[in-house]
Amino acid sequence: MAKYIMKRLLHTLLVIIAISMIIFFAIRLTGDPVTVMFGAGEPTKEAVEQITEKLGLDKSLPEQYFIFMKDLVQFDLGVSYRSNQPVLDLILERAWPTFLLAMGGMVVAVLIAFPVGIISAVKKGKSVDIFGRIFSLIGISFPNFWLGIMLILIFSVSLKWLPASGFDSFSALILPSLTLGLILSGILARLIRSSMLDVLKMQYITTAKSKGIKDWVVIIKHAFRNALLPTVTFMGLQFGALLGGAVIVEQVFAWPGIGRLIVDAINQRDYPVVQGGVIVLAIVMVVVNLLVDLSYSIINPRIRTGRG
Amino acid sequence: MVQVTENKDMKKIKPSLGKRIGKFIVKNPTGVLGIILVSIAIFTALFAGVIAPFDASKADLAHRLDVPMWLDDTGKSQYLLGGDQVGRDLLSRIIYGAQISLIVSISGVLISLVLGTFLGVIAGYFGKWFDDFIMRIADIQLAFPFMLFAIVIMSALGTGIEKIIIILGLTYWVGFARLIRGEILSLKEQEYIQAAKAIGGTHIKIIMKHILPNVASSIIVLATMYIAEFILLEASLTFLGLGVDPTIPSWGGMLADSRNYVTTAWWTAVFPGVAIMMTVLGFNLLGDWLRDRLDPNM
Repeated sequence: MAKYIMKRLLHTLLVIIAISMIIFFAIRLTGDPVTVMFGAGEPTKEAVEQITEKLGLDKSLPEQYFIFMKDLVQFDLGVSYRSNQPVLDLILERAWPTFLLAMGGMVVAVLIAFPVGIISAVKKGKSVDIFGRIFSLIGISFPNFWLGIMLILIFSVSLKWLPASGFDSFSALILPSLTLGLILSGILARLIRSSMLDVLKMQYITTAKSKGIKDWVVIIKHAFRNALLPTVTFMGLQFGALLGGAVIVEQVFAWPGIGRLIVDAINQRDYPVVQGGVIVLAIVMVVVNLLVDLSYSIINPRIRTGRG
Repeated sequence: MVQVTENKDMKKIKPSLGKRIGKFIVKNPTGVLGIILVSIAIFTALFAGVIAPFDASKADLAHRLDVPMWLDDTGKSQYLLGGDQVGRDLLSRIIYGAQISLIVSISGVLISLVLGTFLGVIAGYFGKWFDDFIMRIADIQLAFPFMLFAIVIMSALGTGIEKIIIILGLTYWVGFARLIRGEILSLKEQEYIQAAKAIGGTHIKIIMKHILPNVASSIIVLATMYIAEFILLEASLTFLGLGVDPTIPSWGGMLADSRNYVTTAWWTAVFPGVAIMMTVLGFNLLGDWLRDRLDPNM
């Protein structure tokens, strides 16, 4: 077990280093931030040089990367070129809204996907199942940003029930969570259906049924509990898609999260903020995946024998 | 004589073509719907120049945000689905938008398929350090959310169709590579492959004749699903201003434009989205149906 954990930890570290390299070098291709900082004005050559030196952009790329990594290990993500605030503070400020949105989306997804997936599997081939499957397929076929716009059109513009943007009340959370959650519920329902189908084939289900246990007790207590394991793993793995989705949904609803921070920073060529934001999101995702993997291997020892 | 009677019997057993098609539709409603939606999208893209009623890029401020024709009592609007913020015909732009969606998604899938198959075959068939190396890269790519990766790269390179295609191709090969590697690992030890090796078949011949045909159906299913996914990803990136050049009519770009007019001109936001959804749904239905038919394990 210890060996397995070490292996996974090492692997995670490797992934984080690879990601940091990709982001660091890609960002450097974006364009010269110094010219952008001066905007429309004609800066003097001295002023440009001074800023370049101050930002450390005059050093060689490997040197810049080394400094960047050294700071990263100490949780120092640099200072925003724009606002001069530490990047980590900016991200932490925006972390709560993104977390809220992600959780809201997850709750919506679970509430929809569990019943749909279970009923679909139990009534396999019946019209309920076909409906459920079409619902899931429509769910995964919806562009999430468009779903957001449609929900705004219906519930904000026409019915005037819910706000289209803002972050000050619970009602402002509803539409963004629905947008994110509905999309995810499509994928999740498909997975629950197929893992339920796998479990329902098992002999212990037949045994339980033959003992005269009520159908729904068998379904919930025996089948669903076993089908839950792959589902939970999957939800962990889906965390990245959730974050990626959040970035877009935040744009639609002017949600003050990390996604908007990153996209705004891209337009302003604010290197450290983009870099820091993407790395933080990536690390969170990689760590969640690691935790899911490890917890899964504790619950189900068969996993450990596989290739780590 | 004998043959004639046989033919008569055959006719009795075999129902007419119309009946057979009808039965096929009843038995495969989702598959048929998928085929129809995909065909419409492909047809629209191929014949955009012929079908589009207006010039998709000609601005006409006199018809700025015109309501759809069938909702207009004044008779001013000449656009079936209304006009956009500079008076272009929404329908024509949607028709041309199909080209972008399909070009990006299909080319992206082709690149990832070729690359993934190649690397998957090398990893699965030759094993050893090739395998370790390729699968490590695959793991890293899987760990990094595509949207974040694409945002970083596209903002660095700037908008452009060919750039999205390359990014999609270079990230999604992992799916094909893993699929093919897995299949090869299980096929490699099968007797007929061993036999082919024993009678002196070359690696290339064994791969081409015995291994690839066996994984073809899984590859087709995955490719269909990826086309659907790529259409969504391209639209999302373009919506963020990081995908296709805004001057080219694309569905994601149209939705980005519509954002400021949602409250006053709902049609600018509704119809391009319907186009995306229908096309993506078509490919997903098709992929789902193909998987049920071709891959009994799923």
